[in-house]
Amino acid sequence: MAAVESIEILSPGLQTTVQDLGRFGFGRYGVAPSGALDSFALRIGNLLVDNPENQACLETTLLGLRIKALTDVLIAVTGANLQPRVDKRPLEMWCSHILNKGEILSFSGPSSGCRSYIALGGGIDIPPVLGSKSTSLPSGFGGFQGIALEAGAILFSDSPQAKLVASHRKFEPKWIPTYPGKWIVRVIWGPQDDDFTEGGRQTFLKSSYKVSSESDRTGIRLDGPLIQRKADIPESIISEGLISGSIQVPGDGKPIIILGETVSGGYRKIATVISADLPLLGQIRPGDEIHFISISVDEAIKALRKMEIRIKHFKERLSDKASKREKIIP
Amino acid sequence: MIYDKLIFRVMGDRALLVELGDEISPAINKKIRELFVSLDHQEIAGVIDLVPSYRSLLVIYNPLQISTLELENQIAKTQNGMDPARIPSPKTVEIPVVYGDDYGPDLEWVAAYHKIAPQEVIRLHTQHTYQVYMIGFTSGFPYLGEVPEALSTPRRETPRTHVPKGSVAIAQKQTGIYPVQSPGGWHIIGWTPVTLFDPQAEPPSLLEMGDQVRFHAITAEEMANWQP
Repeated sequence: MAAVESIEILSPGLQTTVQDLGRFGFGRYGVAPSGALDSFALRIGNLLVDNPENQACLETTLLGLRIKALTDVLIAVTGANLQPRVDKRPLEMWCSHILNKGEILSFSGPSSGCRSYIALGGGIDIPPVLGSKSTSLPSGFGGFQGIALEAGAILFSDSPQAKLVASHRKFEPKWIPTYPGKWIVRVIWGPQDDDFTEGGRQTFLKSSYKVSSESDRTGIRLDGPLIQRKADIPESIISEGLISGSIQVPGDGKPIIILGETVSGGYRKIATVISADLPLLGQIRPGDEIHFISISVDEAIKALRKMEIRIKHFKERLSDKASKREKIIP
Repeated sequence: MIYDKLIFRVMGDRALLVELGDEISPAINKKIRELFVSLDHQEIAGVIDLVPSYRSLLVIYNPLQISTLELENQIAKTQNGMDPARIPSPKTVEIPVVYGDDYGPDLEWVAAYHKIAPQEVIRLHTQHTYQVYMIGFTSGFPYLGEVPEALSTPRRETPRTHVPKGSVAIAQKQTGIYPVQSPGGWHIIGWTPVTLFDPQAEPPSLLEMGDQVRFHAITAEEMANWQP
């Protein structure tokens, strides 16, 4: 495997980081997972460019990213539609394309969703830290020197020319997620739902919450009707572990959906977003509206299985095609 | 109070919160550590991460690999079958601290709040051995307890947006050390040259849950000559 200069960041836009599926197994040291907020988009992007699912990609937020190919490289853009263009031409998303040396891929702004993923054939050649290439912005390590990408950064890929043959791969159109701006997010009650009044729990389910502009990779802050705690219950708890998708209700009664940049917290958690809906959280943007519905653990696992089966089917289809191709080429 | 048996709470479809008590106490935290170390040793298939804290252990798992019920059974079995005498003892770590002035900009405030001299704050802070109740908030941040009642101080009304790496701070009955620059609402009383978190090191955190920590005061000159 030879590492080759594959792309240069001309402008990072609002925020662009290197992310893979995250860093697990170090929670005991306070090390959060980080990782792609929309893991579904990242996995499909990698498969489209013939990478392992967990390869690192660029995660870019809302607008402004411009990158230049330093060699011919296979790319796929998945996740939010931030209106990607190659030079002046619109680029079809959820599909692999060759970005020719010298061509510029740019993102002018969101028509739906919040974060796009750019997968590069041959991945991003940077050393994993604690088992992952994801950037931890709060702790300043991993990814590209522990920071968000800046103009002038050059990224390397492993033998990108070997992946060019996988161009024109397409994800199943019927399975491409839509990002409506009005979201229904499925949750499981708890672990501290009993600390809220029945009225408070109803408020949580019946209200429409608006996503605050203070949201970022650490959490989605919501504005809307306040969720009442029971009278004898203090606002904080003894700090304990939490996961991305935990919905904390601090003293002010406004819920916050925790994303993957912390391992612990000291507020009560009324509910937890189901695993199958976690990727959607990465596509929610300020101003969007969220409605929560509660489901059972069994239903949540069914939903997760459904998502995994789609990915598995897509992989099988790709490997069928690849084996056919091998038969044609002697 | 230490619970007679484990209390399990589901955290969504992929994490289980295991509680062993309902308060901050060295004894409850010790039991959490025993369960944590035993489970870590077991390497149960499907378990992705373990996050021990004051009175609970969060077990994060892949629900397509192991069911909640199966996991609860395995955890209960581990709890019943373990021999606390075989759990390795935690280590004791000495942390040198330069107190006050620019290193500890809140030392004077904390002293004034308690109507004692800054020297007395330092004496109280260094005289005690603290237990690492958990590592959380940011990578490598140790929650240490408990400071003497005479030092128990409410959080700052306005948190700082940038607390320097190495800051030693107090809030309520806790003391802690900021391992990386981050926002923070605790009162900064000193600074340590010791590296608490190094992602390239194995393990990446100097301190682990359960460790015992003692602070000792050094001068700014001693700090300049300090070698790890």
